[in-house]
Amino acid sequence: MAVTEIAGLPPEQTAEKPNAEGLRRDATAERMTMLGLCSPAIFLVMIIMIIPVGWLFWLSFLGDDGSFTLEHYERMVNRKSYARIFWTTFEVSILTTLICIVIGYPLAYFLSQLPARAATICLIAVLLPFWTSLLVRTYAWLVLLQRKGLLNDWAIDAGLWDTPVKLVHNMNGTLIGMVHIMLPYLVLPLYGAMKAIDKDYLKAASNLGAGPVRAFWTVFFPLSLPGLFAGGLIVFVLCLGFFVTPAVLGGGKVIMVSMKITDTIEIFFNWGAASALGVVLLVLTMGTLYLSSRLLRLDRVLGGGR
Amino acid sequence: MKDSSVGAEALPITIRDVTKTYGDVHALDHVSLDIRSGEFMTLLGPSGSGKTTLLMVLAGFTRPDHGSVKFGDREVIRTPPHQRDVGMVFQNYALFPHMNVLANVAFPLKLRKVPKAEAAARAEAALETVQLGGYGQRQVDQLSGGQRQRVALARAIVFEPRILLMDEPLSALDKKLREHMQIELRHLHEKLGMTTVYVTHDQREALTMSDRIAVINHGRLMQLDQPRRLYDRPANRFVADFIGESTFLPVTVEGQAAKVAGKDLLLAEAVDPNRKTELLMRPERVRILNGSVPPDMNVFDATVSEVVFQGESFLIYADLAGGTSIALRASTFSDPAAQVPAAGDTVSLGLHRDDTVLISAEEG
Repeated sequence: MAVTEIAGLPPEQTAEKPNAEGLRRDATAERMTMLGLCSPAIFLVMIIMIIPVGWLFWLSFLGDDGSFTLEHYERMVNRKSYARIFWTTFEVSILTTLICIVIGYPLAYFLSQLPARAATICLIAVLLPFWTSLLVRTYAWLVLLQRKGLLNDWAIDAGLWDTPVKLVHNMNGTLIGMVHIMLPYLVLPLYGAMKAIDKDYLKAASNLGAGPVRAFWTVFFPLSLPGLFAGGLIVFVLCLGFFVTPAVLGGGKVIMVSMKITDTIEIFFNWGAASALGVVLLVLTMGTLYLSSRLLRLDRVLGGGR
Repeated sequence: MKDSSVGAEALPITIRDVTKTYGDVHALDHVSLDIRSGEFMTLLGPSGSGKTTLLMVLAGFTRPDHGSVKFGDREVIRTPPHQRDVGMVFQNYALFPHMNVLANVAFPLKLRKVPKAEAAARAEAALETVQLGGYGQRQVDQLSGGQRQRVALARAIVFEPRILLMDEPLSALDKKLREHMQIELRHLHEKLGMTTVYVTHDQREALTMSDRIAVINHGRLMQLDQPRRLYDRPANRFVADFIGESTFLPVTVEGQAAKVAGKDLLLAEAVDPNRKTELLMRPERVRILNGSVPPDMNVFDATVSEVVFQGESFLIYADLAGGTSIALRASTFSDPAAQVPAAGDTVSLGLHRDDTVLISAEEG
C-alpha cells in the first residue's frame, strides 16, 4: 500500500505483523473461558431437559417384558377413547385461552393506563393468587361452586335461578378454575407489551384525526398483539399439561391427557403407555407451537423485534 | 409560490392569556402571542421553559387552566386534538411501526374517508415532496433517522392542514444532516405556505429557519422578534445570554451618558436612565485595532490572557483595564497581515457604535 507519508505519524510497517500470534492466542483463550463459564448451564440443561425427555421416548417404546414395541402407540390409534381425551385436552385449553383473552385484555389495558402507583397495587392484586397453593385455590372454587355452595345459595336467594345450577364437576367448573389460575400468565406479558407502547403513537393518531375509539383499534390494538400472542401461547401450553384443576373441578367428566397419564401409572402401573401419552402430548404441543409461529409470525412475538 | 396540491389558505393563530400550572409551577404564565398567517414561528427556550407545553396546548394534548387559542376565527381551546386539523411532527417522529411508509402517510387520509386510490396517490405525492418518492413499501424500521423525519413530515402535511406544528423534529439527527434539513424545511415551508410553529432549544436552528422567534423562559414570553433583531437588540439579559455568545460589562449611567470604566460610550440607541444597564459585547463584534481608529468606534485597552484555536476562528480572552474579562473572536486567515496576538500582548479593542447595545441587567 502506497500511502503518502503524513508528518507526525510513524512509518507504516508492512513486513511484520507485530503481536499477531499473541493476540490470536488471547482470542482463543477468551473463547475457551466463555465455554467454561457456560458449561454448568449446559450440564443443567442436559440433566433436567434432554436426559428426561430422551428417557421418556425410550420408555414409550418398551413393552412389559422390556422388549421394543409399538403397542402403546397402536393402542392410542385404535381406541376411540384416547382421541376423545386429546380432543378434550385441546378443547379445554383453547376455551381457557379464549376466555382468558376476553377477560385479560381489558384488565391489562386498564392496568396499563393507571398511574404507576395504582398500577403496582393492582398488579400485586393480580399476582396475589400466585402466593396461594394451587390446590387451595382449586378447592376454594369447589366450595364456591358446588351444588350447595355459596354461589348457588346466593343466586337462589336472590331469585336468579330456582334450582341449583351445576357449576362444578363438569366443563363449566373446569373452565372457571383454569381461567382463574391462568389469567395472570396472560395479563403479565400483555401488560408489559402495552406499557411499552409509546404514548406518542396515540397522540400522533389523534393528531392525524383519529378519535379515541379509532386510535385504539388502528394503533393501540395492533401494537399490543405481540404481547397478546405471547400471553395466549403461555396460557395455552400450560393448559395442555394441566392436572390438578380439571381433576378436582371436572369431577371425572373432563378427562385430560395429564389425568390419563396419572391413571395409567397409578392404576395400571404401565410406564410405557404413560410415556407414550407424554410423548404424543409433547409432539402435539410442539406442532401447535410450530403452526402458530408460522401463522402468527411468532418470531416477532418471542424475538421482541419491532 | 405555493404548491398546487395545497388548496387551503394558511390560518393565523391567536393565543391569549394561556396559563398552565403544575402544582405551584407555572409552565405557562399568561402567554399571549399572535402568529401570522403563513408565518414560520419558532418557540425558542431552554428545557423546562414551557415552549413544548405551549405547542401541546396548540395541538390539544395539554389542557391549560385558562386562556384562548384561535385558529383563524375558530376558538379551539376546548376542541379535542383529533378535531383540530393541524399537522404535527413529533420529536421521536411517532411513525406507526406496524404500518409501512405508505400506510403511515395515508393514515390521515384514510381517517378522512378519502377513496383508497386517491389516498395512495396523494400519499405518494407527499412522499415525493419530501424527496422519498418510491419508499412507500418500506418498513419504518428500514429507514434512517433522516428518512423517518421526512416520512413524519409527509404524514403531517398530506392532509393539507392549514397549520403545521413541529416539536424539535431535528434533534435526533446528527449535525450535518440537521443543518441540511433546516434549509430543506425552510424551502418546504416557502413552497407549502402553511402557518408553522416550530419548537427548538437550538438557537442557531431558530435563527436559520424562522420568520420570527418567540423566546420563552419560565413560561413567559421574553421577546418576540425577527432573528436579526433578536440577535442585535435583545430585550433583556436572558435573551442576550441565551442567543449567541456574550459578555456583559457593568455600565454607569449619568443622565444621557453611559460610561464603562470611566469612559463615555458611543451608543446605538439612547439610554433609558431608569433601568440598570449592562453593555452587551458579542465576541465576533469586537475587533482588534491595529493603530488607526475608524470613526464611530468605542475603544478599550486590554491585555490578552488566552488564545484558543477553534478551527473557523480564534477565541481570545482579554482583560480590560478595570479588571473585567471579555471574549472576542478573530478570523483564522493565513496571510501574515492577519496576525493574531499572543497571550500577554497589549491590544486596542474596538466596538462599533451600532454594535454597542445596552440591555437591562434584570433577567427578564
